[in-house]
Amino acid sequence: MVDVRPYRREHPGNHPPYLYPDYASTVKRAPVRRPIRLDHTLTETTGPVFAGGWAGPSLADLTRVGAGEPIGERIIVAGRVLDEDGRPVPDTLLELWQANSAGRYLHDADRHDAPLDPNFTGKGHVLTDAEGRYRFLTVKPGAYPWRNTHNAWRPQHLHFSVFGPAFATRLVTQVYFPGDPLLPLDPIFNSTADETARRRLVSVYDPDLSEAEYALGYRFDLVLRGRGATPMEK
Amino acid sequence: MKLVPTASQTVGPFFHVGLARPELADLTQGGKALGERIIIEGQVRDGDGVGIPDAMLELWQANAAGKYRHPEDPQEKSVDANFVGFGRAFTDREGRYRFTTVRPGAVPGRGNALQAPHIAMTIFARGLLKHLTTRLYFADLAQANDADPLLSGIEDAAARRTLLAQPVNGAPATYRFDVVLQGEGETAFFDI
Ligand SMILES: [Fe+3]
Repeated sequence: MVDVRPYRREHPGNHPPYLYPDYASTVKRAPVRRPIRLDHTLTETTGPVFAGGWAGPSLADLTRVGAGEPIGERIIVAGRVLDEDGRPVPDTLLELWQANSAGRYLHDADRHDAPLDPNFTGKGHVLTDAEGRYRFLTVKPGAYPWRNTHNAWRPQHLHFSVFGPAFATRLVTQVYFPGDPLLPLDPIFNSTADETARRRLVSVYDPDLSEAEYALGYRFDLVLRGRGATPMEK
Repeated sequence: MKLVPTASQTVGPFFHVGLARPELADLTQGGKALGERIIIEGQVRDGDGVGIPDAMLELWQANAAGKYRHPEDPQEKSVDANFVGFGRAFTDREGRYRFTTVRPGAVPGRGNALQAPHIAMTIFARGLLKHLTTRLYFADLAQANDADPLLSGIEDAAARRTLLAQPVNGAPATYRFDVVLQGEGETAFFDI
């Protein structure tokens, strides 16, 4: 007999719904049927472990991948990966991708008429340390247009992918910046109904993270699902 | 202290920039993993039945002996030094994907029952604000499938069938597993 300690069920309103018509691409991709509730087994409470090093050497400085430095406002994005109880999530893989400072991705499908930067690929990844900490050095991504509605622009954002300790804690999200005038207009940001949850997606300017005469610091903590209280939580 | 979990947001159309790790489509590490090598392939389709070219699939599975490579798997079975159990692949222009892996052994479920051999799958795509979760079972393991508490608990036979990867001709053993996000033949997804 194998006892598993399940993760907490998700809070209503915390995650966006699948169908959110303001974001047009959800209309043909959102399942119609309700997902079947699955009580966690070993399959959900385990997940990929990265401590073995198979994810490769980390790439935390996105400003040193070309012959020169990328154009743009240098930023440090740092924080911790925690669970709902505030416990650090160590040794987990955090992957980052983003547009360059002109709002253009190094991607064949990106047709935005803005320049590519020969010194910027826009990708990075790190493992969190024993306290769940991570730190990237990059440039601030530009806003970019998208075809969702006429004259729609995505706010400046980073894409983050994180695993956590189990299959059940997998998360892909986006990190926004304080004071962005596009945020209230963005259906992807607004798809999260709960205001506290929405606010958590916006990084915080932190002067203690900034490096004098070098880079601005933004703090962003990721919070993953915590453990349920009892093995057979109903 | 109780913190609000970070909300999911879509991977968008450009995830290849940061998430491309083509070596992860072969979970056997070039054939080094122990067990029977198998191919899992299929297509991801939207509500119009059209293949989705911008989807990412991830797999999580036990090794051939039925052991997860994770500190919380308490079973006295050996891990395989050449098998992590995690895979990732992107769909192509037609929405098709392909993994090479090993046939997973059975792992325990809740209580004393063994679960039928299965692979957990997550689906990410532009237009999915949160990833979807499903499981792949093997259609040719009918006896194990019938005894599986999760599978046999799904009353809708058509929904249950969407979780069965169908053997097709090919060597090594090849299974077809399509993922239909919406409508006719919609895959059974799980709320985990
Ligand atoms: Fe983006």
